[in-house]
Amino acid sequence: MDAVQSDHTRRPVPAAGESLAIELRKINKRFGPVHANKDIDLAVARGTIHGIVGENGAGKSTLMSILYGFYHADSGEIVVGGAPVTIHNSSDALRLGIGMVHQHFMLVDNFTVLENVILGAEDSALLKPSVDKARRELQRLADDYGLNVPVDAVIEDLSVGQQQRVEILKALYRGADILILDEPTGVLTPAEADHLFRVLRTLREEGKTIILITHKLREIMAITDTVSVMRQGQIVETLATASTSPEQLAELMVGRRVLLRVHKEEAKPGAVLLDVKDLVVADDLGTERLKGVSLHVRAGEILGIAGVAGNGQSELLEALSGMRAAKSGTIRLNGEDVTAVNDESAALLRHKGLAHVPEDRIRMGLVTNFYEWENAILGYHDLPKYGKGLSLDVKAARAEAQRHIEKFDIRPANTDLKTANFSGGNQQKIVLAREMERDPDVLIVGQPTRGVDIGAIEFIHNQIIKMRDAGKAILLVSVELDEIRALSDRIVVLFDGHIVGEADPRTADEGELGLLMAGVSQKGAAQSSEANP
Amino acid sequence: MSSAMPLPRWVDVALLPVLNVTLAFLIGGVVVMIVGENPIEAVRIMLYGAFGYGYGFGFTLYYTTNFIFAGLAVAVAYHGGLFNIGGEGQAYVGGLGAILVALAVGGLHWAFALPLIMISAALFAGVWAFIPGYLQAKRGSHVVITTIMMNFIATSMMSYIISRILKPANVNSDESARIDPLTRVPFLSEWVPLLKNTPVNISFFIALLALVGVYWLIWHTKFGYALRTMGHNGTAAHYAGMSNARLIMITMAISGALAGMVAINDTAGAHGRLLLGYVAGTGFVGIAVAFMGKAHPIGVGLSALLFGVLYQGGQELAFTMPAITREMIVTIQALVILFTGAMSNMLRRPVELAFMAAQSGAERSGSPAEEKRA
Repeated sequence: MDAVQSDHTRRPVPAAGESLAIELRKINKRFGPVHANKDIDLAVARGTIHGIVGENGAGKSTLMSILYGFYHADSGEIVVGGAPVTIHNSSDALRLGIGMVHQHFMLVDNFTVLENVILGAEDSALLKPSVDKARRELQRLADDYGLNVPVDAVIEDLSVGQQQRVEILKALYRGADILILDEPTGVLTPAEADHLFRVLRTLREEGKTIILITHKLREIMAITDTVSVMRQGQIVETLATASTSPEQLAELMVGRRVLLRVHKEEAKPGAVLLDVKDLVVADDLGTERLKGVSLHVRAGEILGIAGVAGNGQSELLEALSGMRAAKSGTIRLNGEDVTAVNDESAALLRHKGLAHVPEDRIRMGLVTNFYEWENAILGYHDLPKYGKGLSLDVKAARAEAQRHIEKFDIRPANTDLKTANFSGGNQQKIVLAREMERDPDVLIVGQPTRGVDIGAIEFIHNQIIKMRDAGKAILLVSVELDEIRALSDRIVVLFDGHIVGEADPRTADEGELGLLMAGVSQKGAAQSSEANP
Repeated sequence: MSSAMPLPRWVDVALLPVLNVTLAFLIGGVVVMIVGENPIEAVRIMLYGAFGYGYGFGFTLYYTTNFIFAGLAVAVAYHGGLFNIGGEGQAYVGGLGAILVALAVGGLHWAFALPLIMISAALFAGVWAFIPGYLQAKRGSHVVITTIMMNFIATSMMSYIISRILKPANVNSDESARIDPLTRVPFLSEWVPLLKNTPVNISFFIALLALVGVYWLIWHTKFGYALRTMGHNGTAAHYAGMSNARLIMITMAISGALAGMVAINDTAGAHGRLLLGYVAGTGFVGIAVAFMGKAHPIGVGLSALLFGVLYQGGQELAFTMPAITREMIVTIQALVILFTGAMSNMLRRPVELAFMAAQSGAERSGSPAEEKRA
């Protein structure tokens, strides 16, 4: 390979003499007209951590799927340990020492750690010898890499961080030398992420090669040796991490300059618009997910709800938006009690001035089979302006959609395209435009930038700030601590259905918030469930 | 990922169904050859039987009318994500609604009686479908299971009512009294002599109106919008503040009412009385009609016509070619159902690949150097 010689302190592309763990040469993959991977050249040196960043749809997942045997490249060559190989399926990949830790874990929830580790790697029909061998091997791996997990515990009793360690153990047990991790920190608390990084560093010292796919630039900076940036199916640059900066990476990813920081004025809070007292909410199975939450949001401020996913955020959003009944407690919107809920409360609350951007746009916020214009009126289709009596005024709905497209720069600008064909960021804009353009008093927003490109994130953040400055009360739920800190005027931390602390985003330090999110309570914070301004 | 490239709409709407039907007929042709008959001749007889002369054509339209109603019933429910298997039973119970009013207003001119008979049939069949809808909405019992069970209940209940209550003393077979000729829905042959006293009647036009009405309902009303939201994504409907429970019950009632219209064509028209087991599988054919027609009124209309042709032309074929029995006709009909319904996606992948190949072939010829390896 005749790589361009760079002047970086550490060579981004390994020299000829250096031992390569894996090399991709001119990989191409098309899905119909979409050129998902275009002439990909990638070389990863043995014993390094290589990051791959890129926006959604840049082709990262396709590339890794080719490496792991889910897809077959149309053309190009994969070289592992110096020899060209073909990888038809995941067992081929494993045989070559390539292991993958998926974003969504592939574990059997009601099996023990040990059973999960040997699953598919049993040596004989009898389990006993395999189990004994696995137990010894797991102990060794735990000692060597600090991958401690209770081997006889059942998966569903483990924390998410521990489950991830089981996934890593599974790969190592099968003899993986090259580990691919796909967005590994998405579900972790900051402390768990730190622990993961310590494990990854130890693995590197032991000579393992790690490929880390992520969209979090901070992680790239913190842990990788080299980083490749993908854009529109191509690797646009491979750099030594030490010689780059988050700003440069963001620019390479998007193809233009991006502001990573949100600029906002001081909040000017007004009257309390949303007032929640002692809210107790159960999930579909009857388990209490909110155990007495009190909070309020004033006009012109953003209240951020921080916390690791699954600590009651979903139930909070659903209860506030009228989708889920409360077991006890009250919710007041503009002073009016709106706690009682029936099937159609969500529509009623919308008409009373509460808009809801749901956590999961695909599952809840959109009908992906609908045309764009149909989604532009979801939840508002009953309004008289979309038709008198029974009939639906398709023309009026299209006009509304067209306005959204122009104002929120939704692309492609086509009201008659199926929503499934829009990118994640543009789908999110369809939802945001719909909910923001009705001029609500209160806006509750869940995970506004999940699966959204960096370029769109900037836009979405600015829209949220604009709503605040227009005097709306905004409640923001996000598992991205950075996002909470950047946008919120006040932060409360939700843990196990309780509000366990409050922080000022200007002064709060990450370690403190991280401890709260992990359930290690601040002195006295656990008692004060009311979050005072 | 394999569906990364959506096929052009015309492929989905026209090409694939045509290919599927063609495939069904090819295999049907093989069957015909095995019994020693000429398949091309068989197709000719079939088409002649269905379209070639007034009498056959009248029957084709009569069957088509039934299939339109039964197909629309399934299609409406399908847009709401509901699989109404109970058209058969709903149509049967609709027959009761039709006959009760038709006999009660006996002697009234059909133009005045027809709306009343329609309302009654729709009400009876709608209520019969509403029950599974209620059980689904409020009790979580799946409509597929409950509508099937309601079919059995309808059969038993109607047998009892027809043979023990409606049957006049002086009639031997199990059927109700006859509707007054003035009240009975008139045959089209009254105006079009070419149709030679075939049972096709005014209901045919009602069926065409129903196609338009259902189109309007699904795509141009707020109810239709809510219905489709629920059908595609129930969680999104809940998020939007639509009551899934209420939508399910209303949808099932509308679906049932459409199935009940079969009684207008048969009980109040073609038969002029309520016959035991008069639906005779029409409700089930409706399922195939709806799926083949992709639950779109235009598609339902066309596939109803196809099944009408199969029914009428098939009878002609069985009559003309003794080697081809009624059972074989049913086999060919089943093949059409199999290929257009259950296996309708079998040809999708090959067609997709063909389109991809055509497209990348066109691109490649533009840049011949691209494939060269480094």
